[in-house]
Amino acid sequence: MTTTTQTRPTTWIDACPTHRLHPEDGLAILLPDHTQIALFRTRDGHLYAVDNIDPYTGAAVISRGIVGDRAGEPTVASPMLKNVFSLRTGQSLDDTGVHLSTWPVRQGRTTVQIATRAKENTP
Amino acid sequence: MEELVVIGNGMVGHRLIEALHDRDSAHRWHITVVGEEPRTAYDRVALSSYFDGATAQDLSLGQVSGPHVDVHVNERATRIDRAHRTVTTTTGRVLPYDRLVLATGSTPFVPPIPGHDLPGCHVYRTIEDLDAITASAHGARTGVVIGGGLLGLEAANALRLLGLRAHVVELAPHLMPAQIDEGAGSLLRNLITDLGVHVHTGTASTAVHAADHGRVSHLTLGEDTRLDADLVVFSVGIRPRDDLARTAGLKVGERGGIVIDDTCTTSDPRIHAIGEAANHQGTVYGLIAPGNAMAEVVADQLLDGQATFTGADTSTKLKLLGVDVASFGDAHGRTPGALDVVVNDAAGGRYAKLVLSDDATTLLGGVLVGDATAYATLRPLVGSPLPDDPLTLITPEGTTALGADALPDSAQICSCNAVTKGELTQAIDHGNHDVPALKACTKAGTSCGSCVPMLKQVLAQAGIEQSKALCEHFPQSRAELVQTIRATGTTTFSALIRAHGTGHGCDICKPTVASILASLGSGHILEGEQATLQDTNDRYLANMQRNGTYSVVPRIPGGEVTPDKLIVIGEVARDFNLYTKITGGQRIDLFGARLEQLPHIWRRLVDAGFESGHAYGKSLRTVKSCVGTTWCRYGVQDSVGLAIRLEERYRGLRSPHKLKSAVSGCARECAEARGKDFGVIATDQGWNLYVGGNGGFTPRHADLLAGDLDEETLIRYIDRFLMFYVRTADRLQRTAPWIESLDGGLDHLREVIVHDRLGIADELEAAMDEHVASYTDEWAAVLADEDKLARFVSFANAPTTPDPTISFTTTRDQPVPRTPVNLGMPAHRPQEATR
Repeated sequence: MTTTTQTRPTTWIDACPTHRLHPEDGLAILLPDHTQIALFRTRDGHLYAVDNIDPYTGAAVISRGIVGDRAGEPTVASPMLKNVFSLRTGQSLDDTGVHLSTWPVRQGRTTVQIATRAKENTP
Repeated sequence: MEELVVIGNGMVGHRLIEALHDRDSAHRWHITVVGEEPRTAYDRVALSSYFDGATAQDLSLGQVSGPHVDVHVNERATRIDRAHRTVTTTTGRVLPYDRLVLATGSTPFVPPIPGHDLPGCHVYRTIEDLDAITASAHGARTGVVIGGGLLGLEAANALRLLGLRAHVVELAPHLMPAQIDEGAGSLLRNLITDLGVHVHTGTASTAVHAADHGRVSHLTLGEDTRLDADLVVFSVGIRPRDDLARTAGLKVGERGGIVIDDTCTTSDPRIHAIGEAANHQGTVYGLIAPGNAMAEVVADQLLDGQATFTGADTSTKLKLLGVDVASFGDAHGRTPGALDVVVNDAAGGRYAKLVLSDDATTLLGGVLVGDATAYATLRPLVGSPLPDDPLTLITPEGTTALGADALPDSAQICSCNAVTKGELTQAIDHGNHDVPALKACTKAGTSCGSCVPMLKQVLAQAGIEQSKALCEHFPQSRAELVQTIRATGTTTFSALIRAHGTGHGCDICKPTVASILASLGSGHILEGEQATLQDTNDRYLANMQRNGTYSVVPRIPGGEVTPDKLIVIGEVARDFNLYTKITGGQRIDLFGARLEQLPHIWRRLVDAGFESGHAYGKSLRTVKSCVGTTWCRYGVQDSVGLAIRLEERYRGLRSPHKLKSAVSGCARECAEARGKDFGVIATDQGWNLYVGGNGGFTPRHADLLAGDLDEETLIRYIDRFLMFYVRTADRLQRTAPWIESLDGGLDHLREVIVHDRLGIADELEAAMDEHVASYTDEWAAVLADEDKLARFVSFANAPTTPDPTISFTTTRDQPVPRTPVNLGMPAHRPQEATR
C-alpha cells in the first residue's frame, strides 16, 4: 500500500456478523474508502483478510477463491488464473515479486472486524 | 546443395523424406518428389477405414514442407537417363539428380482370366480405386473379392460396409495362406462367416461374365459353378513396379523387383530402391514395416551413415472384420525339427500356435487368431528362451503376468518402427520418463500402437514410477478416489481428507472431489461445505470472465428454441445490459453479469421455462444437431429429436472434464458429430455411435464404437460409456486421451461397452438412471433457497453496492469490459479504481 493509507488512524469496522463467515468460504468486504478486502476463516478457526483484487488481472475476485494449504501454509487460489497466495503473509507462492496486502482482522463480540489500515509489513 | 529425386509418394517414400528432412540439419539435400497419384502420401494400411467414415483428409500422412522440399503430385516419372543423371516426367519436366530413390511401390496383380476387365471389376489399392468401388456399389447387391489374403479380407469388409453381400474366393485351401496355418485359417473362416461374409476356399475363379447391359453379372468358379456378382474386386497379390528401372537397365529380380544390396542401393551406386518395388536377397516385402526400415536406411546413407537393411521381421498383427489375427517369426514352422504347441478353441473362437525349436526351449514364431493380446509379449521373445511353460503362455491370461521383465535388451518392442527394449531403456536413461516422451524420442508406439502397454511396462521395470497422486493432499488417482468414495459411502470432502488424505486440500483436489461427489448424486453443488470445493465457475453457476463478471448460458436442448423464448433472452440481455453472442454449441451466451445480478437474471429465464445450461461445469455442455428429417430433404433420421433426448438425459452429469456431443441426421454430418466426445450419425438402419472426438488444442475425430444401433441400444451404450468414463478417467482427462490410456484402447472399450466384458453394464446403466431421476435445475434450486441466495451478493457488508472496479465501454453496439487487462502479467493495483 501507499503511505497515504499508513497515515490514517487505525480504526476497526464490522465486516460481517460472525455467523455469515463460514469456514473456507470467503466474503468480499467494502471498506469506507472503497478498498476491497477478501475475508476468510480457515477450518481451524483462524481469521485472515487480504486484498480482494487479483494482482494479475485487476479483477476483484480473491474472496471467491478456493481455500486450502500448501505444505501446511494456509492459502487461497485466485479463481481467475489459479495463482496461489499465502493467507498469512499475502505472498504469492509461485512468484516472489507478487503479493497481496494483508489486513488486521479480529473476532468481535458478534461480528468479525477488520482494521481500515493494511498491516505495515506488507507494502 | 545436392539434388535428391524421389520417384513415388506412397507411405515409404513419405517416410524417407520425413526422416531425411528431420535429420538433414545442415541442409545438404534439396529433395524433389514426383508422385503420380492426385494427392500426397496417405495411410494405405488404414484404407478400409475410408468406408467407415474416414475421409481422404483423415488418411493423409501430412506434407513434409520446407524450402528444401518440392512435392509434385499428379505427375509420373517416365524415363531415367542414368548417363546424364536426369528423370523426365509426364509434364515434360527434366529433373537432374545426384542421387535417385525409386519408391514406386507395386500394382495389384489381376489374373488374366476372361472378363477380368469388364465394367464392375476393380482393384483395391488407392483412394481412387475406393471411389470407383463406391460408385460401382450403387444399386449393387453382391460383391465378390477374388483373393482371401490380408488385403482381400480388408476389401471384403469394405464391401460389407457398403451394404453389399460379400463373398471371398481363395484358391489356397485356407484364408491368409501367407501368414497363417490351416488351423488358424479355418477358425478365421468360421469367425468371418458369422459376420455374414461367404467364404469359398480351395476354389479357382475361372471367368467373369457380363449381362446384356455390359456390366459384371456373375463369375464361374472352378469348372462350372455359378456365383452371382454385381461387382468384383481382384486382390490376389502385388507386382513390384520395376518397369522404369528395367528400361533404365538396372538389375531386376527373376520374379520382379529392383535388386538392392544391404545399403538399399541398386546396381547403379547413385540409385536406391525401397519398399514394395525393391527386391532384397530374392524377397519383395509387401508390408509397411520393412519398407519403413529401408527408408530409414537410405536416409542414413544419404547423410553418410552406416545403416544397413539385412532383412525384416514380417510379423503382423491386425484386425480383419473385427477379428484379431497375428502372425510372427517362423509362423509356418519351416525351421527343421520345429515343434508346434497349439490351442484350438473353436467354441471360444480362439486359436493359438507357438512354434518352438527342436529342443522346445526357444520360441521361433507363432500364430494367434481371435485374441491376439499375447502378441505384444510373444513377438519380442522370438529367438529367446521361453520364460514359462508354452501352454501357459497361450492361455488367455498367460502373458499378462509375464511382461517386459522377461525380454532381453535385443528384443524388438515396436516392430513397426524397429525399436528394441535396449533403445527404450536408453531413452528412459536420457530422461524420457513417460509414454508420450518415449513415443516422441524413439517413435515406438506411434504407428499401430499395439506396443504401448509394453512401453508402460518397460518404464515400470526401469523404476520410473508413474505417479498417480492427485496432488500433495491425496496419494490416490482420481479413479481410486471414486472407488474409495463409492466403497465407503463418504459424502463430504472433510471426512474424505481426514480418512484418506493430509492437510486441508487445494484448488486441485477440492474441485475433483466435488465433481466425484456430484456425479455420485450428493445433492446440490452449493449445499453447505460443498460450495467451498467448487471450481471458479461452478461456485456461482456461471462462467467468470476477465473482469470478474459472469456469463450466463441457458440450456437450449439440441439448439431448438421457440421465437417467444428467444425474445425473452433478448429482453433479459437488453434489461441487464449484457453482451450477447451465439456459441459454437447452438445456444446463446450473455456476458457481463455482476455476481449480485445472477439470481435476478436466472429468475427471468427460469420463469420463461429456461434452465441452467451447465456451461460452467465439467459436465455435459450441449448436444448439437442438424435439422434431420424434420426439414432436410437428405435427412434419414430425426436428429433434433434424438439430440434433445440425449441432452435432457445427460444434462447436469458431472464428469472428469467437459463433455460435448452432436447428432447428425445423415452421413453428410452437418452437426460435426465426429468432433465430439460422443457423436451420433444417422444411417439407413439406425445410428452410428462415435466416441473420443474433440476440438481444442489437439483436435481429433471420434472413432466408431458401434454401428446401425436402434435408439434404445444407442442410449444404453452411451449410458455405459459416460458412466465408465466418469468412474475411471483422470482429472481433466477428456475422452480421447482416456480411451488412449486404457490398456487395449478402443477395442477394450468396445468389449466393455458393447460386449460387457467386465460384467458392469447393468450397474453403469442403473447409475445413469439414478442420475436422470435425481436431476434438478441448479438455478431454480438456488432461487428457492435463501441460504444459497445469500452467496450472490457483491459485498457482505454492502450487498447491493456494485463492485466499483467494474465498468464497461461500447464496442460494435455492445458492452465490453472497459480496462484492457494484462492477462498473465503481474500488474500494479490500479489505485484510482479502488478509491
